[in-house]
Amino acid sequence: MKPIAGFTLWKRTRGGLTHLLLLGGSVIMLLPLYWMLVTSLKTYHETIINPPTWIPKVLQWHNYLDAWHAQPYMGRYFYNSFYTSIITVIIEVIFSVLAAYAFARMTFIGKNILFVLFLSTMMIPGEVLLVPNFITIAKLHWMDSYKALIIPWTISVFAIFLLRQHFLQIPWELQEAAYLDGAGHTRFLFQIMIPLSRPPIATVALLKFIGSWNAFLWPLLVTNTPKMRTVSIGLMSLMQDEGPQYHIWMAAATLALLPVLLLFLAAQEQLVESVAKSGLKG
Amino acid sequence: MKLGATLGRGLNMPVGSTKFAWRKFWADSALAYLFLLPTLAVLATFSFYPVVRAFTLSLYDWGLSPDKEFIGFQNYVEVFHDKVFWLAVRNTAVYIIGTVPVQIILALGVALLLNQKIRFRPFYRLAFFVPYITTATAISMVWLWIYHDQWGLLNYILGWFGADPKKWLLDPRYTMMTIIVIGIWKIIGYTVVIFLAGLQNVDRELYNAARVDGANDWQGFWHVTWPLLSPTTFFVSITSMIGAFKVFTEIFVLYGGKPGPLRAGTTMVFYVYEAAFQDHRMGYASAAAYILFFMVLFVTFFQLWYAKKHVHYDA
Repeated sequence: MKPIAGFTLWKRTRGGLTHLLLLGGSVIMLLPLYWMLVTSLKTYHETIINPPTWIPKVLQWHNYLDAWHAQPYMGRYFYNSFYTSIITVIIEVIFSVLAAYAFARMTFIGKNILFVLFLSTMMIPGEVLLVPNFITIAKLHWMDSYKALIIPWTISVFAIFLLRQHFLQIPWELQEAAYLDGAGHTRFLFQIMIPLSRPPIATVALLKFIGSWNAFLWPLLVTNTPKMRTVSIGLMSLMQDEGPQYHIWMAAATLALLPVLLLFLAAQEQLVESVAKSGLKG
Repeated sequence: MKLGATLGRGLNMPVGSTKFAWRKFWADSALAYLFLLPTLAVLATFSFYPVVRAFTLSLYDWGLSPDKEFIGFQNYVEVFHDKVFWLAVRNTAVYIIGTVPVQIILALGVALLLNQKIRFRPFYRLAFFVPYITTATAISMVWLWIYHDQWGLLNYILGWFGADPKKWLLDPRYTMMTIIVIGIWKIIGYTVVIFLAGLQNVDRELYNAARVDGANDWQGFWHVTWPLLSPTTFFVSITSMIGAFKVFTEIFVLYGGKPGPLRAGTTMVFYVYEAAFQDHRMGYASAAAYILFFMVLFVTFFQLWYAKKHVHYDA
């Protein structure tokens, strides 16, 4: 046994303190999610006792079924959320890959002006666009349709820049070789560029899916029948119709969070990395 | 020839005659615009046009009915004379001041702790980051339950420390606080991740050199890490401030579609939302939205100006 020198002792205390602080922080961060889960598995009567129980006496799994059936259109809300999120992601990826390629690898008239114009849209707060876009949707007779939920969100200037940044790093020599083999821009893009850019494309898709799934204000404005509503809005109807049945609310909230949570757990590294990158690029 | 040379660099190959170069240039341009067409169409319809449209709308008295009256800047005058508008401005400022500095300081602390070779690092990072990706409506329901005055977790935990239960959701004094807490909780993980990335760029050597020269932890942080981290801090403060201007969903869910007791939770987006979609005053709402737009711009430019003086982009 080596004697613990003062230095080592300090290091150990410091290490312990670090873990203590981080653990405390983590508990606070996860507590609301834990509380949601625990409440979702209690009976109604167990939700209204003092002191509250930290672990349900008997796990009430059927709360999830009750939450699912609490709204006649619950299945439909989930379908709508999945459908709009997935289609938005697919269209966004296609559109932004094309645009990013044009900016990264093509020479054309007005390139710089367009670039600046695209950039400037990132400065506009979405709230300014809310009223005129709502009117546009009404004029196009898109109210209460998937088009209204999807099309305005298919362009993300951020995604275009992220992909462009990646495309710029693909060596020109590859393009040259492809050109000599007779591959023009289109073939090069689809056969070489896209396969080489899977990680950033996945990143863009992931961020879009989460953003789309979590959307609230826009779907609230452009849908008005239950059959077109998304999960976020379905939760609001559930709260209004059910009254304060907290165990059912929490079960519904858990169901609504599940897709993004699972996606996050599956692609954690990638997601965190991409968020970190977005910060560095400024 | 010059054009040929430019194109040659673009494609990294000799292009040959000028005539061929021109033809290639036009063909490329056409293809590029074809690639950009969908993006341009959507942006034109849902970004460029509405910016202009919002302004022209703001000059009319219009409520979705056929009659529409041009009234110049009358809407703006009315907005500025509305007490509720100033309440919204004040609340938004309170929200920004309540969330942005606090979350930046907390996140920096967490990032510094995480920026070491420690066990369970992935777990800690996960714990802090999860709230950032959660659905605002679902998570606001959870907080609504936590804030419950009788059965809520918050009053129960505060009870351990001898605090009396408070009516968090019913008392207008607490309204802004309830959403500030959610705001901090939700954004902190994002900021931690950005700071962690920024810390990677801080030269370890420089910090160690300072330590060798006798600086303690705090001096090392204050004289080396903090200045080198300033571009990151600046970026985070701009993005989180712009984000804070948008606060809406949490209030909507927590207070059942209303802006809190006695309107105590009216923020600027809520104000625009109510004007447009409850009072159906499209012109008036557009004027309010434009004012919001200019406030965001003003704050952003102020920060850019401040950054020019205080942010160190080189080591």
